[in-house]
Amino acid sequence: MKALLSLAFASAWNRRATLGLMAVSIALSVVLLLGVEQLRTQARESFSQSISGTDLVVGARTSPIQLMLYAVFRLGDATHNIRWSSFQAMAEHPAVAWAIPISLGDSHRGFAVIGTTAAYFEHFRYGDRRPLAFATGKPFADIFDAAIGAEVAERLGYRVGDRIVLNHGAKDLGLAEHADKPFKVSGILQRTGLPVDRSVHVSLEAVEAIHLDWQGGAPMPGLSIPAEYVRKFDLAPKEITAALIGLKSRAGVFQMQRFINQYKDEPLLSVLPGVALDELWSVVSIAEKSLLAISALVVAVGMSGLVAVVLAALGERRRELAILRSVGAGPRVVFMLLAIEGLMVVMAGALLGVLGLIVLNLFAAPILEAHLGISFTPGMLSADAWQLLLLVMTTGFLVSLVPGYRAYRLSLADGLTPRL
Amino acid sequence: MVAEVAHSSTSPFAIDIRNLVFQWPGEHGFRLSIPQFLVRRGERVFLQGASGSGKSTLLSLLGGVLLPQPCHMRVLDTDLTMLTSSARDRFRVDHIGFLFQQFNLVPYLSMRENVLLPCRFSKRRRQRALQSAGSAASLEQSADRLLAQLGLDMTLARQPVTALSVGQQQRVAAARALIGHPELIIADEPTSSLDAGRQVEFLDILLGRCDDENVTLIFVSHDQRLGSHFSRTVDLDKLYGVAPGSA
Ligand SMILES: Nc1ncnc2c1ncn2[C@@H]1O[C@H](COP(=O)(O)OP(=O)(O)O)[C@@H](O)[C@H]1O
Ligand SMILES: [Mg+2]
Repeated sequence: MKALLSLAFASAWNRRATLGLMAVSIALSVVLLLGVEQLRTQARESFSQSISGTDLVVGARTSPIQLMLYAVFRLGDATHNIRWSSFQAMAEHPAVAWAIPISLGDSHRGFAVIGTTAAYFEHFRYGDRRPLAFATGKPFADIFDAAIGAEVAERLGYRVGDRIVLNHGAKDLGLAEHADKPFKVSGILQRTGLPVDRSVHVSLEAVEAIHLDWQGGAPMPGLSIPAEYVRKFDLAPKEITAALIGLKSRAGVFQMQRFINQYKDEPLLSVLPGVALDELWSVVSIAEKSLLAISALVVAVGMSGLVAVVLAALGERRRELAILRSVGAGPRVVFMLLAIEGLMVVMAGALLGVLGLIVLNLFAAPILEAHLGISFTPGMLSADAWQLLLLVMTTGFLVSLVPGYRAYRLSLADGLTPRL
Repeated sequence: MVAEVAHSSTSPFAIDIRNLVFQWPGEHGFRLSIPQFLVRRGERVFLQGASGSGKSTLLSLLGGVLLPQPCHMRVLDTDLTMLTSSARDRFRVDHIGFLFQQFNLVPYLSMRENVLLPCRFSKRRRQRALQSAGSAASLEQSADRLLAQLGLDMTLARQPVTALSVGQQQRVAAARALIGHPELIIADEPTSSLDAGRQVEFLDILLGRCDDENVTLIFVSHDQRLGSHFSRTVDLDKLYGVAPGSA
């Protein structure tokens, strides 16, 4: 057996250029497969970590998934708002422990502006029921105060006390600026890995204030209310985009959901975050599965390449196999020699792939976090990824049997005198 | 009579074959039939025959790579027809050294590793190689010694075996056949790819080694001129009727 292994190794080493390329192609396919798998699980994880302790998410009537996407993940826009009076009715409902209003629509240099109340910093929970915490400063207190997320502070280099100008609309259009009413950074939140990091939080009154002299998305011509007079107006919010609700007892959640969904004054939708997420996964999983299937195909292509290469070389190796037979190697030994050679390449490829993935992780994690908001913890493979890797290696093992079997047949037929 | 002695464990014959028939598979497969073929222990037999007359086939039968139809066949007093295929593989490496016409070496192994191949697969060959080299010597040393006896400079060891000349390659192959003192050396046209001068030179070296170690040699060639170097010449085409031991 030792003789066999060192023979197989010497033989593989002799053709290291070709086999090395095969190992690299298998490694790349493994990177793709495991990368897709990792992206999938990390995205899921990161999404499920985004909200915890919230019993119901409420918004205007739309699809539950869409509501989750804009209210929790800040993806996409709300089509309708809900009335402030509806929010108040919910907040005052005896079953409700706390309610966080969320008003979306403005942005600051590409980062979302969230109008909300102090309840946000008090009751919002994520991950393992962790509350939000300030790295420096404090929540907004004044109308023109803003509490910013860690990513906003880092990317734009803001510190507590800096003045910032908000844009109207979710996209930076340059023109529609609320330049007359600058905000002061009151605090910077600790990093969470959530959309919170990429948000600017202001009071609901502030959202009203900057829109006082606006109508239909544009400044009213001839009307400009200076910041110092703003306080004299009625800044009570009239509409919000969504609300997060925590109940006194989880047992009442379906009753509360019914109350909201059948609310008389306007059509509302409330969803249980867990249920909505499950629904989201069932939609996403089709795409996930196709991606995984494609990656698996790429792995299969890599493996067939290996078989082709080993098989092609076999013709030139018939003399060598005859020599081995003359020194006592049976057809079974010849079989194992070729199988081991293939297996070594597959193993090297798999190992290289895992290493490649780890390296890729180090480079890709910040990019993914910045662009997709997926917090990517570089490090160990998930259990599913290990399973995939095991599957790859098993397939590789089975695939290696093909050239082994071919060599077995050849050496049986050739004996000591291959007829070339 | 010879026939009775052949069954005892130490008959004077290294090879004792009667009424052997072998047919390659297929309707028109080549059929080799040998009424009798006897080789004494220590004999140097020159086996000649036209190309395609079945010389290599006979050698594969002697090495237990091919199995004849049931018959009387003893190689070194072993009835190969009674052994399993893996026992025949073991027998082959334990007792027989093979030498082929060309491309005799495993290209990715060093000169020394090529020589040591039989020792990697056979404990018997390993032990005998170690014994002959002296108590303190290693396998590698015994390989080197053999290579030196065959006129191969160890400075050649540094280059890949594929860079050696054909004559040098054949000597490495001869060292591989000889290492660990197999009782039988089977050489299938080992000189055919050498030019005339080298042929005789190689033959002299090989025969010299065989004399020193007192092994039985079956040497195949279609070149009749080489026959004069051997104690006996057997023509496969006329094997029928060749009296045992008649030289
Ligand atoms: N592997 C094989 N399969 C089928 N037939 C074979 C094989 N090897 C040799 N033969 C047949 O056996 C005959 C004798 O071949 P061989 O023993 O190689 O002759 P020689 O060595 O005397 O030239 C040839 O006619 C050939 O067709
Ligand atoms: Mg031949």
